[in-house]
Amino acid sequence: MSDKVLMKGNEAIAEAAIIAGCRHYFGYPITPQTEIAAYMAKKMPKIGGTFLQAESEIAAINMVYGVSSTGKRVMTSSSSPGIALKSEGLSYLAGADLPALVVNVQRGGPGLGGIQPSQSDYFQATKAGGHGDFRMIVLAPASVQEMAELTIKGFELADTYRMTSMILADGTMGQMMEPVALDLEVKPAPEKPWATTGTKCSRPHNIVNSLFLAPEELEKFNFERFERYKYIEEHETMYEEYMMEDAEICIAAFGIAARVSKNAVNEARKQGIKVGMIRPITLWPFPTAPFAKAAEQVKQIITVELSMGQMIDDVRLATGCKVPVTLCNRVGGMIPSPEQVLEAIIEANKNGGAK
Amino acid sequence: MSTRNFLFSGFGGQGILFAGKFLAYKGLTEDKNVSWLPSYGPEMRGGTASCSVIVSDEAVGSPIVSNPDVLVAMNLPSLDKFEPDVAKGGIVFADSTLIERKVNRDDITAYYVPATRLAGENGIPTLANMILMGKILKVLGEYDEESLKATMSKVIPAKRADMLDVNLKALKLGANYEE
Amino acid sequence: MVVFDKPKALADVPMHYCPGCTHGIVHRLVAEVIDELGIEGKTIGIAPVGCSVMAYNYFNCDMIEAAHGRAPAVATGVKRADPENHIVFTYQGDGDLASIGMAETVHSAARNENITVIFINNAIYGMTGGQMAPTSLPGQVTQTSPYGRDVKHCGYPVKVCEMLSELEGPEYLERVTVNNVKNIKNAKKAIKKAFQNQIDGKGFSLVEVVSSCPTNWGMTPAAALKWIDDNMLPYYPLGVYKDRSAAKEDK
Repeated sequence: MSDKVLMKGNEAIAEAAIIAGCRHYFGYPITPQTEIAAYMAKKMPKIGGTFLQAESEIAAINMVYGVSSTGKRVMTSSSSPGIALKSEGLSYLAGADLPALVVNVQRGGPGLGGIQPSQSDYFQATKAGGHGDFRMIVLAPASVQEMAELTIKGFELADTYRMTSMILADGTMGQMMEPVALDLEVKPAPEKPWATTGTKCSRPHNIVNSLFLAPEELEKFNFERFERYKYIEEHETMYEEYMMEDAEICIAAFGIAARVSKNAVNEARKQGIKVGMIRPITLWPFPTAPFAKAAEQVKQIITVELSMGQMIDDVRLATGCKVPVTLCNRVGGMIPSPEQVLEAIIEANKNGGAK
Repeated sequence: MSTRNFLFSGFGGQGILFAGKFLAYKGLTEDKNVSWLPSYGPEMRGGTASCSVIVSDEAVGSPIVSNPDVLVAMNLPSLDKFEPDVAKGGIVFADSTLIERKVNRDDITAYYVPATRLAGENGIPTLANMILMGKILKVLGEYDEESLKATMSKVIPAKRADMLDVNLKALKLGANYEE
Repeated sequence: MVVFDKPKALADVPMHYCPGCTHGIVHRLVAEVIDELGIEGKTIGIAPVGCSVMAYNYFNCDMIEAAHGRAPAVATGVKRADPENHIVFTYQGDGDLASIGMAETVHSAARNENITVIFINNAIYGMTGGQMAPTSLPGQVTQTSPYGRDVKHCGYPVKVCEMLSELEGPEYLERVTVNNVKNIKNAKKAIKKAFQNQIDGKGFSLVEVVSSCPTNWGMTPAAALKWIDDNMLPYYPLGVYKDRSAAKEDK
């Protein structure tokens, strides 16, 4: 008998956030992530925390901005169209160097789109979270256990680097239940001498701000921020390699697509095809090194995505276009089947690197 | 058994998700790897509902069950929709109160349990799902009253403890049912 | 003997406001109130986007710069982070509070969020060079209403105090102005009450300060103050629009 509990991915995120010491949650209802809000609404009042249903996604992210300014761990969650509304706040959080955890349980788009799973906010999360030069740490869980673990990791990274961590999940990850162990360790939050908690008339005032009208000054802050990003790229990249040792074909997939692909890899191996998988866990920083290495080893890379092909660009950049990179995808809320991925693998094996 | 894929299907409100959850919990208490994935969205409110459950000795890959080893169909549209997908040699459990036809395929086994009628006759009208579950467990050779009791107490929240006995009663009804 | 000094809560730095602008007066009143209530060490101010965007440099308390219109949402976060120990005020102009941030304004009022809102209504977008504001008067000439605000084309100005007074939520709403000594004294009383209400846990308190913008109105400072009397106040009458605690005492 294990000490694991069966939880929905969305609930695991909420519980892990509480374990991480988050006592402030702001959100606005949207499918398929509403369980996070519901969980927080139930739990927060009982542990002296705050759950507040905001008037909009925009208000919610700005409430996050307010709590973060005071140095406390805080989060919001939404799904694709709601994240678009939060873009403004994400940019301001970056500009003011404020830590926050933002969860995107993706659904199909564009526009109102649908409510079924999708990964089509990859660009938005990794490249275009809002206006201006900035990055977010983007974490892509592929199990309910990772939904919990990466939530805690997300808070820790956000505090360490004073930036937003985004959990980029999808409707499947949010809705599915799996056993999860919640005896998770949390590193204590660092000191936050910059926080606006009142001067107590004992120090000069702190200012949380993203406005710098002197271009020299604004440039300096951008340079400094990107030095930090460089350090993160060198130290915080996470990925999983599966059967890559002797692989001649490489699958690139994250989240639910990686789960589906794993079945296909196993089946292909049974048929004697040497295929492996690289699963990015951080989408930013993107694990370029294992893909660069794979490009020296495999004859083809197949990205499996619930989008029209977004991560594929990063894979191509990482491999310097040394090997063909092809796309195996479904969109609009559809999920590629293991059979579809297997077919792509068989095809790649047959044609051996033909572009 | 290394991996068994279940698909529960029926109307919203028939306890499809709960039945799946019970089975997932049962796997968990037996230290198996499990996953439970519901259909979600508007179809949950009165339309067709389904949920995928995987119980495995190995790590679960895709949580989506597209070719179930075990299909539970609690209404005709569900049987129509999912029968063709059942894995060769798979098993279908159908609520014969609501589904008049038999399965069309001859490469699968089917059990017909008038679960909705039995539930009504026994004063547990909302528990047709668990009557079917009893039959499933019996057929799979996993009906063990003591361990089921333990599982049930995990699935049913403490404040609904009154539901414990009736659920066990439903399981027993299903397990003992012979066509 | 010092008879007139700079309030402690006001930073000793040059302000960027135009000559004759009433922001300086309102800043001073807010700072005086913070001094008198002895709350500087626990006060956190939220600056808007607009002319007072750099208010974060002018107060000695901790300050946060918010996105355009979002100050009440940011203030909600700050207040709820530590309700016992944070005194939170927003300082917002008419474009910020009554146009782009209307939802945040209305909902923080509806929630009776325990914050203090200082609302500067000068009927114009000052920072961007004098465009029509949600509070620009009918017929008022601005850069984006060069033939005068045509109400048939772009509707009517928003009366914030009147509108919010219809909500159950807010504790206290008052409109004041600062165009002469008597009015300035009244304005200070209102601002002090709006902070005291927060200290007493009474909830959302908003003071609308009808203000002047000589630069963008194209007037001398003195003429602008008179324009308040002649044009603004008839449309935006001064007074208390809601005072829940006082109303209860009356009953």
